[in-house]
Amino acid sequence: MLEVPATLFLLLSGVLFVVGAIGVITRRNGIVVFMCIELMLNAANLAFVSSTRLTQGLEGMVFVFFVMAVAAAEAAVGLAIFVMIFRLKGTINVDEINLLKG
Amino acid sequence: MAAILFKWFVFLVASIFSVFSSVMMVTRRNPVHSALWLVCTFISIAVLYFLLNATFVAATQVMVYAGAIMMLFLFVIMLIHLEREVEPLRRISVAKLIAIVLTLLLFVEIIVGLSLAKISEVRPSVPIQGDARSIGTLLYGKYLFPFEIASILLLIGIVGAIVLAKRRKE
Repeated sequence: MLEVPATLFLLLSGVLFVVGAIGVITRRNGIVVFMCIELMLNAANLAFVSSTRLTQGLEGMVFVFFVMAVAAAEAAVGLAIFVMIFRLKGTINVDEINLLKG
Repeated sequence: MAAILFKWFVFLVASIFSVFSSVMMVTRRNPVHSALWLVCTFISIAVLYFLLNATFVAATQVMVYAGAIMMLFLFVIMLIHLEREVEPLRRISVAKLIAIVLTLLLFVEIIVGLSLAKISEVRPSVPIQGDARSIGTLLYGKYLFPFEIASILLLIGIVGAIVLAKRRKE
């Protein structure tokens, strides 16, 4: 019996990505949409880490580090924006946030 | 042999649990429940990182994602009283159905791409180790400049969050 192949890890990351994408387009709560985006980022991270099995280099793990830094900055700014929107409109339902619609 | 069997067992348990908890995260109507299921997903993904010998990434996953980012999410959910605002149960509209079908097509595309790609896995005698020492050597050596840019990005994130959340004086 062989070790767990990297293809299975890539398949799992695909499944998680699709679950996150379905969440992004079906949920209407802004913060839950945001959490689904975090899940999609995590699926991409899993694909990066499993790619180190194929390339025999540590670059994939370094990229994961940068993705995490971007995700942390994005979460901080995005949640601040949601707090602002909640103060302005009293809701964070993404269907009702249409100020930018002409 | 026993070690490989154990790895398969851990992989199956962690992957099934991560898929299950992510589906629960998407389907729960209370955002606090969604956040807690997302923490479960993050922790099972950290277990998968351990399985891939990425110990540093696994530790960072638990600290940054399951710790810091989810704390931020829960904090904001509590701050704006979102736990009271439970989404009303609505029937699935045609637009949602089309969107779900398109996303499932994306999944089929991923599977086709994976099966068409000629993935040749090299199996060295000593498996690659992603511990803190080797990642740190790479981060502070070859990738020093991107590392510094990432720190500037985080600084901009901090300043931006404070400026946005500050109450305007009028």
